[in-house]
Amino acid sequence: MISRRLLDERGVLIGLLLVTALFAVLLGPQFLRGANLELMARQAVIVWVAAFGMTMVIAAGGIDLSVGSVVALSTVVTAQLLHTSVGPFGAVLGAIVVSACCGAVNGVLVTALRVVPFIVTLGTMLIIRGAAKGLADERRVEAPMTWLNDLLRTAGDGRGWIVPAGVWMTAILALLVAATLNYTRFGRHLFAIGSNERTARLCGVRVNASKIAVYTIAAGLAGLAGVLEFSRLSVGDPTVAVGFELDVIAAVIIGGGSLAGGKGSITGTLAGAAIMTVIHVGCSQQGLPNWVQQIVTGGIIVAAVGLDRWRERQ
Amino acid sequence: MAEVAGAPRFDMRGVRKAFGPTVALAGVDLMVRAGEVCALVGQNGAGKSTLMSVLSGALQPDAGGMTLDGAPYAPRDPLEARRAGVAMIYQGLSLAPHLSVMDNIALGVEPSRWGLVKRDEIRRRAKAALERLGHGDIPADAAVGRLPPAAQQIVEIARALDSGCRVLVLDEPTSSLGHDDVRRLFDRLTRLKSQGLAVVYISHFIEEVKTVSDRFVVLRDGRNAGAGVTVETAAATIVSLMVGRSIDELYPHRPRTPGEALLEVDALVPGSASFSLHRGEILGIAGLVGAGRTRLLRTLFGLEPVRSGRVRLGAFSGPATPGARWRQGAGFVSEDRAGEGLAAGLGVATNLTLSKLDGLGPGFVVLPSRQDAAAGRWIDRLGIRTAGPRQPIAALSGGNQQKVAVARLLHHDVDVLVLDEPTRGIDVASKAQIYALVDELVAPAGAASRQPKAVLLVSSYLPELLGVCDRIAVMTRGRLETPRPAAEWTEHDLLMAASGAQPVA
Repeated sequence: MISRRLLDERGVLIGLLLVTALFAVLLGPQFLRGANLELMARQAVIVWVAAFGMTMVIAAGGIDLSVGSVVALSTVVTAQLLHTSVGPFGAVLGAIVVSACCGAVNGVLVTALRVVPFIVTLGTMLIIRGAAKGLADERRVEAPMTWLNDLLRTAGDGRGWIVPAGVWMTAILALLVAATLNYTRFGRHLFAIGSNERTARLCGVRVNASKIAVYTIAAGLAGLAGVLEFSRLSVGDPTVAVGFELDVIAAVIIGGGSLAGGKGSITGTLAGAAIMTVIHVGCSQQGLPNWVQQIVTGGIIVAAVGLDRWRERQ
Repeated sequence: MAEVAGAPRFDMRGVRKAFGPTVALAGVDLMVRAGEVCALVGQNGAGKSTLMSVLSGALQPDAGGMTLDGAPYAPRDPLEARRAGVAMIYQGLSLAPHLSVMDNIALGVEPSRWGLVKRDEIRRRAKAALERLGHGDIPADAAVGRLPPAAQQIVEIARALDSGCRVLVLDEPTSSLGHDDVRRLFDRLTRLKSQGLAVVYISHFIEEVKTVSDRFVVLRDGRNAGAGVTVETAAATIVSLMVGRSIDELYPHRPRTPGEALLEVDALVPGSASFSLHRGEILGIAGLVGAGRTRLLRTLFGLEPVRSGRVRLGAFSGPATPGARWRQGAGFVSEDRAGEGLAAGLGVATNLTLSKLDGLGPGFVVLPSRQDAAAGRWIDRLGIRTAGPRQPIAALSGGNQQKVAVARLLHHDVDVLVLDEPTRGIDVASKAQIYALVDELVAPAGAASRQPKAVLLVSSYLPELLGVCDRIAVMTRGRLETPRPAAEWTEHDLLMAASGAQPVA
């Protein structure tokens, strides 16, 4: 009973501890030094922010393959708006609104055409990527330096924030999204739709409106992830974040989300993305080549899902 | 190759099958001769489907033996039964809609050489099988999904013939067919009979049984309840054998005083229904599976579109979404508990409170602790056996799951309870609890100031309808007749009316 509970809710956290401990042993205690942890947090934030939205979508039984393209579009929009008079804050807002509109389109297509979200977002993934490239004229978009470039700058320069502003922002977002999922009518409805859409409909849940809302929010969050990506690159790049959606989905799945819907938690997603980051950073510091990282990460995904299935059969 | 009618084709002796504590078959005999159509009749839950699952290898009997053409026969799975020559045609046709007619007929037994399928031979054999049924006109290359239901059924029978079947079981074969197609199906069965097949024909429709079968066998509560030669037996006699027992006195029925009409339905299509449902009464709808009762309830609740007609619920007129129906004071329990009624992966409390999450926290916030408390009240009240309000629904027994589905209506405090087969497949103790609860809900207000509720109940179990309801309406082939007081009905009359036969004088 106790071991099942551990596997159920804290399995992914235990997995994170194990992976971290493994690299701490291999690389020595400096792996756990503050600066190194901060480095990993900075690496993880972009996946984290996008994965919060994906957790909601997957809990509702959907999937969104277009997040990578939305991130790219968002970097381009941010960079271009910085050339206008809207200011950095306006640029961020503009990028998020444009991204959310992409998500609204996803939601409307999923509900109106009754096509499975995998196919719909596979299509919009290409459309949005194309739009980003067209908008940027297939080039990187240079942008003036603003405080946006400091969002992920290390806090070691004496500003006393411990970690960069972008990481703080991510932490607040995590709390907000977790509260929405667990403690609001909208959140409970998402789980109900994902667990059994017909039951949700029978109980009077506005299934279509909820779906459109969740795709919109998820894309909005992907847009914010795009702003963070821009902050790291300091240019708008329409070719960035190719395959990013798979990292995001993997984080949610490792964190206990089910592609069949009805499951997923922000704690799990945070840990899922963290596991992938620890492996990535640990392997590079150990001097292991990229192909080893990929094999290990892939193994973890399969193991996480296999464990989940095994648990359900018990 | 003509065969003599008279030799037993298959013989089942003393077949027993229990699912846990529920005995589905308590020693059933069934013998069918070659060149004979035998009708297998009985009420829902009498054991017909279980018996046929044993014959077709889908279930293994706990006791009893079978012979096929004199040789011992004990199939371990449906494929083995099929190879031995026993084929079942189910109500829900089991064809691959995207494949062609010939590919469907050859599916699983494709003739091949070195791994390459012999297309010409498949075509030739498909044509031969269709010819045997007198339907060489069905194109072998057409995709099955594009054919009308009657032609799909022919393809399915052709598939059985192609695999060399000696015993053909048809389970409610006319449920998806129009009148003319039914007649043609009967011609086809006569033809197959003359070719020496043994045919088992399962149907609720006594008229069909009278028309098509040579003999009939009646099952009741998992036992043989009678048998005979069809032409020598009156329809009413067959129905009496199916009903068997008198009405149970297990159903509580306090005195009720019907109040104002809460639900008024006028010429609603689908359902061709006109009736009113009053506060403080239970209106029952009887009918066979597939008569359109579920569709009528779903339409009333906004889960399926209204074609025409009017619905008034409380102060509200016209069609509505399910969400609006809940707000207007109606609640629905689905007949499909696992597929629609409940979200199996979610907890008891979440399922129970899903239709009404407001009031469980400030604003749009839902506090799990309040959810648990609200659910806990009903868990205690209805005696729902669960490890706690967070336990997933899937871990509960059928009876306890159903109590959660009913408790959702109580949590919402609806005035009109729309219940579709609320006691199907649940244990007797839970059934009794649900009957008692419903009786209490419609009873006149006692010390408490609460108003009595109104209940619309669909059930296939006739003693339940007769025991619980104040008025009963019968639905036959998509049409709801005018309700009559329950006291004017007998089980026998209900079954006759539902089967489309004329009521006896």
